[in-house]
Amino acid sequence: MNENTEIDKNKEKPAQTHKIGIYLWIWGLLFVLSFFSYMVDWYQFQGILRWSLILFFMFLKAGLIMAFFMHLFWERYTLVNVLLWPMTAIACFVGLMVAEAKYTFFSRLIYFVLGG
Amino acid sequence: MSDSSLDNLPKGWKSVPNDLGSDQTAFKGVQWGKAMMWIFLLSDTFIFSCFLISYMKGRASTVVDWPNTSHVFSLDFMGVPVPLLLIAIMTFVLITSSGTMALAVKYGYEKNRKMCGHLILATAIGGLIFVGMQAFEWSKLIHEGVRPWSNPFGAGQFGSYFFMITGFHGTHVSIGVIFLFIFARKVYRGDFDKGRRGFFTTMKSDYVSIEILGLYWHFVDLVWVFIFAFFYLW
Repeated sequence: MNENTEIDKNKEKPAQTHKIGIYLWIWGLLFVLSFFSYMVDWYQFQGILRWSLILFFMFLKAGLIMAFFMHLFWERYTLVNVLLWPMTAIACFVGLMVAEAKYTFFSRLIYFVLGG
Repeated sequence: MSDSSLDNLPKGWKSVPNDLGSDQTAFKGVQWGKAMMWIFLLSDTFIFSCFLISYMKGRASTVVDWPNTSHVFSLDFMGVPVPLLLIAIMTFVLITSSGTMALAVKYGYEKNRKMCGHLILATAIGGLIFVGMQAFEWSKLIHEGVRPWSNPFGAGQFGSYFFMITGFHGTHVSIGVIFLFIFARKVYRGDFDKGRRGFFTTMKSDYVSIEILGLYWHFVDLVWVFIFAFFYLW
């Protein structure tokens, strides 16, 4: 087994392999985090607490899967950048649609509920 | 990869403009199939993002109350309704299959043919169980009167978003299961040890294919993390 961070110079083995421990750790962590996010619903947390806990566990799980299961942590830095920067476009889209949803919601309140 | 000149390239931030402005390959040392799978997954990310964003927009702009997912997706266990029980089990099954896939990639690179094959088969079975439970969930909701245009629990948009988002994800899982079975057979047959040429290509098989297959499978799990958070828990 090779060291994690070094690019393997051995031509017989094209890619680096990692110790089994790291996979088992991430696997266990994902189980624990999923259990916690299920508990958010089980205990019926509401409001800001619920939303922030859901997002916290979600991003932690997504980060662990991408970094270690999908090997992005060890991947070439250029590829990592090319993959992650487009996410800012999605964040912008979310922002735009939040504003749009509020506009639609208040229009519907005025015209459907209050009757113009 | 095999190119020791990689060590002479700039490190850190400087490597990005250097790689992208260079000749021939942008992603130095990354096998081309892996780079292509990543770019496909990036485009798939945008598709799923559009679905989830449209769901957010629909849910935030309706004046009718959104159905309480805790109750809609509850399941009776020994006569007691347990909220989100099936969804929780589905989540754990998918994470389990993601773990077996990660180990399959590791054993593949170590040229451990048997372990790699067994783990890919285990992953495929996990995926099958997931799709089966999703079919059960769909038929249960359809029996309860959930339709893409209306449902007895609340806002009418609920059904269309539910069937669209979980259906598209389920399709991804099903396609993944098919490929997992195909690759399990190829691993057992020793294609990747002997460098046997593939069906669609004249190039020799290599265990890097298992990592590429793994990327797809982990992505399916990744999408489920977001669906679980936004659709079922929110």
